[in-house]
Amino acid sequence: MKEIPAGSWVLVHSIILEPEQRAPQVPADTKKVPLEMWIKGYLEKAAFPGDSVTIKTCTGRTVSGKLVEANPAYSHSFGFVPELQKIGAELRAMLAEGADAGKGSKSDG
Amino acid sequence: MDNSYQAVMARKNEIMLQSIGMDYSEFNTGKIAFDYEGMMAKAGYSLDEVIRIQRETGVGNTPIYELRNLTELVRRTAPPGKGARILIKDEAANPSGSFKARRASVSVYHAKKTGYKGVISATSGNYGAAVASQSAMRGLGCIVVQEVFDSRGVGQPEILEKGRACEAYGAEVVQLTVGPELFYVFLRLLEETGYFNASLYTPFGISGVETLGAELAAQVREKYGQDPDAVVVTHAGGGNVTGTARGLRKAGCLNTKVIGASVDLSGLHMASDGDFNRKSFTTGHTGFGVPFLTWPDRADVPRNAARALRYLDRYVTVTQGEVFYVTEALAQLEGLERGPAGNTSLAATLAIAREMDRDQIVVVQETEYTGAGKHPTAQLTFAKQQGVEVRRGDPRENVPGKVIVLPTHPSQISVVDYDLDAARHSYLRKAIEGYTLEDLEPVDLQFLADETRWSKERVIEEIKKLS
Repeated sequence: MKEIPAGSWVLVHSIILEPEQRAPQVPADTKKVPLEMWIKGYLEKAAFPGDSVTIKTCTGRTVSGKLVEANPAYSHSFGFVPELQKIGAELRAMLAEGADAGKGSKSDG
Repeated sequence: MDNSYQAVMARKNEIMLQSIGMDYSEFNTGKIAFDYEGMMAKAGYSLDEVIRIQRETGVGNTPIYELRNLTELVRRTAPPGKGARILIKDEAANPSGSFKARRASVSVYHAKKTGYKGVISATSGNYGAAVASQSAMRGLGCIVVQEVFDSRGVGQPEILEKGRACEAYGAEVVQLTVGPELFYVFLRLLEETGYFNASLYTPFGISGVETLGAELAAQVREKYGQDPDAVVVTHAGGGNVTGTARGLRKAGCLNTKVIGASVDLSGLHMASDGDFNRKSFTTGHTGFGVPFLTWPDRADVPRNAARALRYLDRYVTVTQGEVFYVTEALAQLEGLERGPAGNTSLAATLAIAREMDRDQIVVVQETEYTGAGKHPTAQLTFAKQQGVEVRRGDPRENVPGKVIVLPTHPSQISVVDYDLDAARHSYLRKAIEGYTLEDLEPVDLQFLADETRWSKERVIEEIKKLS
């Protein structure tokens, strides 16, 4: 594992509430798990992933937590869904068809 | 200081007072009544002031488009003489890409004016980016607290995108797993930083939306020489409905019907770790819409300025599959790639326009920006990964959390009416908890009449039935 240098932009993780500390109104499945938090900021001292560290966030707060990684990336994307693919063409065909077939019934609204 | 859950929650009122700079108790007028209009007038800003504030940061003045092809499509499936003209207000044209810029603009302006160094908002929605964007313009610090992950660490793609947008505007994003204790983290942050609570539910937030209703009224009148017959609003926490309806009234549109629309997510528990990633809509759904309708004061402020029950003429639900289908139709037939959550009202409108006369006008009052994570392809890809079945067919076969059915024909799009009287009963039951009819003062009865839009006599009759 590589050491992450001080000053790196990093992600830290911490447990805010253990399962037994959770609010009384949470449903059973949520009550079984802790409330967890992730925050990004600049690493104060060089450390390895998994170490307890402190960071300075972009609003200037000092936050401590377990170091997860440096330069956390965005990975959400668009994907592709074949079930959506034909909808546009179907609707266009419907409009085109009606325009030819139903000229008399078309209203200028 | 004791920062345990119980201790922080016990300090809630103190923290609220500090972070909003407003003493809500001064508006109390009876046992349960409070002076809603007085609160809006004293703490909020007038319509003209809001317009000036919003001009400073480029908010509002969004275009309104006629959806000619979708109107034509509706008329093809409508009975003779039916099929209202459909207009859409392109709120995606706001800075930060949604109507939420209106809501954030007044809060951030007020925070700056009253000397706060920054603002905090608890939101997993477009509001975060709106607060972050407005804060960037006015030079304030900004923290956004989001509910993003389930206990496996799997993030809802739409919320991940909204978090990215907040960071793009320079905000600090605090990401949490599922649970209502987000409010506890939010309170601790307010206490630690002394920042302003840019709640969605203050008079500032709601007065910011009034310009939307007033603007669309003016645009429709100018272009078509008539008032809109109906305005369809995506309903979640109630601010969009309340602000838009108030703006319409201020513009003199007294006969315009205000119709709320939510995506049906019945059966899914909003605070459930297991259900969290089985929904494909993170807002505009019944999981917020119904509880906020029947009890608005569940919000993160003592008195919610968003009170949808006072303004809704009708409330309908649509399915997830119908909204995705309509989102695709909006892009393909009208050249507007928007949503999907903001298109909830559009899906409902396609069914509602079919019931209306051809010479009538129905306005879909918002769009929102789309992008990675938010887009229907992203949401449906994610849904499949979570074990949700996605197929074409009859949208009535949708089952929230299990099956998403994309219609095969636009005529299948329909709305299910939510009984507003049932919502009023539910509200009343909660409002009078711990009181008998004899305990209540005349001001309380008038307040309940205003809240439910029932007559005072009806309110008394209903209270008698409850006790």
